[in-house]
Amino acid sequence: MNFDDTPQEAAFRAEAKAWIAANAPRQYEEDLRKASLGRTVIKGANLLEVAKAWQKKKADAGWACLHWPKEYGGRGASPIERVIWQQEEGPFGNLSRVFIIGHGMCGPTMMGFAGEEQKRKYLPPLASGEKIWCQLFSEPAGGSDVAGLRTRAEKKGDEWIVNGQKIWTSGAHYSDYGILLTRTDPTVPKHKGLTMFFLDMKSPGVEVRPIKQASGQSDFNEVYFNDVRIPDSQRLGAVGDGWNVSLTTLMNERMSIGAGVATGFPELFEFCNSLMLEDGPAIEDRNVRSKLASWAVKVSGLKYTSMRTISALSRGERPGPENSIGKLVAASMIQDVAMYALDLQGAAGVFSGPEDAEVAGKFQAMLLRAPGTRVEGGTDEIMRNIIAERVLGLPGDIRVDKDVPFNQIPTKGRA
Amino acid sequence: MNFDFSDDQKQMRDAARKFLSEQCPPKAVRAVLDGKAAYDKELWKGLAEMGFLGVAIPEQFGGAGAGHLELCVIAEEMGRAIAPVPFSSTVYLAAEALLIAGSDAQKQKWLPKIAAGEAIGTLALFEGAGNPSPKAIKCTASGGTLNGVKKPVPDGALADFAVVAARTGSTGRDSDISLFLVDLKAGGVEVKELTNLDPTRGQAEFTFKNCKAEPLGAAGEGWGVITQVLDRAAVLLAFEQVGGADRALEMGRDYALDRIAFGRPIGSFQAIKHMLADMYVSATLARSNCYYGAWALSTNAAELPEAAAASRISATQAFQHCAKNNIQVHGGMGFTWEFDCHMYYRRANATALTLGSLSYWEDVLIDRMRKKNAA
Repeated sequence: MNFDDTPQEAAFRAEAKAWIAANAPRQYEEDLRKASLGRTVIKGANLLEVAKAWQKKKADAGWACLHWPKEYGGRGASPIERVIWQQEEGPFGNLSRVFIIGHGMCGPTMMGFAGEEQKRKYLPPLASGEKIWCQLFSEPAGGSDVAGLRTRAEKKGDEWIVNGQKIWTSGAHYSDYGILLTRTDPTVPKHKGLTMFFLDMKSPGVEVRPIKQASGQSDFNEVYFNDVRIPDSQRLGAVGDGWNVSLTTLMNERMSIGAGVATGFPELFEFCNSLMLEDGPAIEDRNVRSKLASWAVKVSGLKYTSMRTISALSRGERPGPENSIGKLVAASMIQDVAMYALDLQGAAGVFSGPEDAEVAGKFQAMLLRAPGTRVEGGTDEIMRNIIAERVLGLPGDIRVDKDVPFNQIPTKGRA
Repeated sequence: MNFDFSDDQKQMRDAARKFLSEQCPPKAVRAVLDGKAAYDKELWKGLAEMGFLGVAIPEQFGGAGAGHLELCVIAEEMGRAIAPVPFSSTVYLAAEALLIAGSDAQKQKWLPKIAAGEAIGTLALFEGAGNPSPKAIKCTASGGTLNGVKKPVPDGALADFAVVAARTGSTGRDSDISLFLVDLKAGGVEVKELTNLDPTRGQAEFTFKNCKAEPLGAAGEGWGVITQVLDRAAVLLAFEQVGGADRALEMGRDYALDRIAFGRPIGSFQAIKHMLADMYVSATLARSNCYYGAWALSTNAAELPEAAAASRISATQAFQHCAKNNIQVHGGMGFTWEFDCHMYYRRANATALTLGSLSYWEDVLIDRMRKKNAA
């Protein structure tokens, strides 16, 4: 058990450190360091442009998508090297957020199911951030029950005609491509009639409408498909095998570890160090300390759980669904942390004008964004189901729609 | 980086699990619970023969000289089996205090006996209600004799010797406290067994009346040693708690798979599944914190004080959470004397109080984090 770099790891770290020192956009470092959930602001520049520029610079020097094969725009690096990079990249890693879906989910799905020529064509610009990808799975009638989706794809010659609606698509409004899960056979049970594609988001008939969230921001979109034509060559996996393809995507989501999940704790700890209560600094109050300690051990527990996973990865083991705990723990924690930070400010916690933005505003932004975190990428409840079923081996839920043809499943309009 | 135990250490864990599942089944724990014995003597002998008692004691003092990572994996198994033996008091407290502060002669006198299972030791720190604090120590030492009352002393009624924290000054500083080594069989101390929450782990009261005691470590440096011993013991005890939490989770899971109600296994209901998933989450977080604690302990890293507090808090919470909800999963049966659930519930809640309570360690953790931040 050790945390020491091997000589090779130390050499890699030194190389990464030197390159970052020479190339990172230092002018944004302070702003990026202050970024927290629901609030990443860089002054005097467009975040997306800065993110793309940094990603391209990394790609040109061989520091993008480190664990991907070189021929697809990566570096062929080991899991440990990837972690070392993340440690060294520090606050500049906040610029990778817009690429998380593409790099973490779409890329690996393409790697698993696209043709060789397609991989060489589409993956390098995905790695370099020149093209951004989104993932089109969720629908108004299929959130947690994603296999209940209704977007239809019908074969016409060498093409598929797609009609329907997706929702909660992160970044669709700035995405160039997307992977799309569709229903190609409604006469078989729901998991069996799905097929996966990738498509150009600029295709005729694709309409993206941003959703205004409860937080007032718009990170997600509705995406409408009206007679959108997708060549059969852009099908990923066999017709009817879309569910299995999507499981690969989701499994890769769990492998995008080490990126670290936002917990709000560092912000709260810093805040409690500076906040003065009636009897002195908040951090000296026993009640405050008790709260902080309970959260601190969650944060360290998550950090070291992720290190255990990385160690397993570097031994060649595949990380299991136990990684689901990261988001489950962090999402409700950040919500609680935000509420507590406001509570500590008493009546003043409600202020959200620009003059209060550094204090109350930061935690209010967290508070308002956090409910989404508990839902996106698998709700708390789905995460608990995954742990209960796949880690603890408890029985699956009784599914009344399991063996029923999709078009005979009762719905709100069809009981 | 390799953040895991080695294959050899995992083999040792497997060996300990196998040994304890054979030598320490729930029936053996019950014998002590029901008062048929003060502790499991046969098991204690077996642990010595397996080399587990002296696993972290250097070879020159009769131990195996393996190290603290090895002791951590054994501790986890001891906790999983809720072994009714004075392991934590002897190995985590007394032996660690001797290793840190003992003279060569003191180590030579007691450590080989500990490793051989021939001596039981403990730490007499507390004096009634409250958490570890130099101010709480009223017991005095002067001219080589001790006076005062210590309670609770873990496994005090079984112990052959004790490390005792006593007051040797009155300046109000930590340097008022010194440590002493007392041969409990030599007279001068009255030992009274105390009834307690977890009868499988004894607690006692010591009354010293001009009791002969030899200094352990330098005068005035007792509190520093106590702090180190508590940190080291916190990590080791946290491994016991993690072992206990895992076992409680397993018991709940197994029962949920086995018990049928409303025509289906109760483990197919989300209310039960989610409760068990949450138990898994806290057990996993605790385990990961403890691995970090194990690393810090085995390397005597500067991070040990913070890592120890985090291990302790996380493992305390996890064991309490898992033991409590294990009973809930079992329903009414979990509340019977006959089922083993309450033995884990008792152990979880009693262990949460030894070495100082949860709120004490929370305070300690934030204090240490704050100092690190300021530095």
